[in-house]
Amino acid sequence: MSAARLELRGIAKAFGDLQVLGELSIAVGKGEFVSILGPSGSGKSTIFKLLTGALLPDAGAMLFDGAPLQPDHRPFAFMPQRDALMDWRRIIDNTTLGLEVQGIGRMAARRRVAPLFAEFGLAGFEQHYPAQLSGGMRQRAALLRTVVQDKDMLLLDEPFGALDALTRADMQRWLETMWSRHGWTSLLVTHDVREAVLLSDRIYVLSARPGRIIAEVAVPLSRPRRTGAAVAAIEAGILDLLLSTPTQRT
Amino acid sequence: MPFIRPVAARAATAFSRLWPAVLSVGGLFLLWEAYAQFSGIPPTTLPAPSRVLAQGALHSQALWDNTLPTITATVLGFACSVSAAFVFSVLIDFFRPLRRALLPVFVISQTLPMIAIAPLVVLWFGFGLTPKIMLVALVTFFPMLIALLQGYASTADEIEQLVASMGAPRWRIFLIARLPSALPFFFAGLRISITYAVVGAIFAEYAGAAKGLGIYILNAKNNFRPDLVLAAVMVSATLTLLLFGVTVLLQRLSMPWLRLSGSHKP
Repeated sequence: MSAARLELRGIAKAFGDLQVLGELSIAVGKGEFVSILGPSGSGKSTIFKLLTGALLPDAGAMLFDGAPLQPDHRPFAFMPQRDALMDWRRIIDNTTLGLEVQGIGRMAARRRVAPLFAEFGLAGFEQHYPAQLSGGMRQRAALLRTVVQDKDMLLLDEPFGALDALTRADMQRWLETMWSRHGWTSLLVTHDVREAVLLSDRIYVLSARPGRIIAEVAVPLSRPRRTGAAVAAIEAGILDLLLSTPTQRT
Repeated sequence: MPFIRPVAARAATAFSRLWPAVLSVGGLFLLWEAYAQFSGIPPTTLPAPSRVLAQGALHSQALWDNTLPTITATVLGFACSVSAAFVFSVLIDFFRPLRRALLPVFVISQTLPMIAIAPLVVLWFGFGLTPKIMLVALVTFFPMLIALLQGYASTADEIEQLVASMGAPRWRIFLIARLPSALPFFFAGLRISITYAVVGAIFAEYAGAAKGLGIYILNAKNNFRPDLVLAAVMVSATLTLLLFGVTVLLQRLSMPWLRLSGSHKP
């Protein structure tokens, strides 16, 4: 990994007396798919709140292409937990949301999004409301809403956490295909070890609170990846690491 | 189009939804009719519904003349209170300390007994339309304000975080996420307060008015005509039902996605 696009150096964050993140340092290279894997409550979502500017770090530096992140210009497209589709907007108007916020007119935004519906398996559902779509389709619409913003980097916050196991496996394969085709620089936050192994080039393993990096695992497997002995071996190694790390029980 | 049903099917659904209401209301009227006819109670104490309807029809012109001012007061007062509730809800949403400053005042306004306030407002503002509008606004403002505030607060955290991550300033987050999230609460508030609104208008007229259902009821009572009192009550009930229907219709038109939840999932 040469020139890092995103680099976090010694990031710390506490809420009152509760230290959530302690001395966190990570880097994501251009076109790289990196995951942050950690147990619940390890501050994974806090990292994204710091990146999107919803929270400010107590200490440390956040650099993008070598320059500190500016509060009014964030180079990220964020995909939140669950899909956060707006019930009251048709699918096409949900996917244009980011463009609308950027100040692009509704018609122009629709023209830009419309050609992508086929690739995302949503052709013919432009005028539907979210309530009419299955969980997997809703996630694809949410990802379309994310990538169409044309930002430098994707932040994916446990995007498939709310799906049933089969749909999740299906969506992971689909996301890998899409990522291989487009080469989006991506940072994924998840507590699903297999998901991290299937999708990532590198995995940062986070400890329980206060979250710090306890391991950095490269996944040198060829793509497309399928579950099998190689994936299972890496998965088992990471699980051992997570389960053997002492945690503060409360 | 997947979500437009044939007219016949919709009519059948409407009928299957309506008949329990028709049965219960019709049953009550039948019981009332039977009691008034056979118990020997004098019609000057409890007139039968048939007599109420017949006398109402006989006095339909006078009833109608007195219904129009009530409709005007209800609609204008309600429009005032909804606009005021919207303005205050936005102010409170943007300047949180206002909530603590204003809410006690509004709560106190709800504890004022109508029976004391209505004559005073008439005393201050005369027998015209103004005191009626004010009283209707007074009884409907608070439920509308609370509905809107609760609606804004119901916005999903993820949606707000998402819109904020796109770089939207506070006012755009309000327009894009918080305001639409409040729609179901707004309409719930609308349905509750519209029923208060008619009662509020009638009470204001009762305290003093040249024309209106309230003053009509007062006069009919003073002339020992319970049949005409009840005829006016039926008119006011019908009016409330109609206004209620309008709010339901408005909700359906402005929230089309609510009717198709779960349908046609691929």
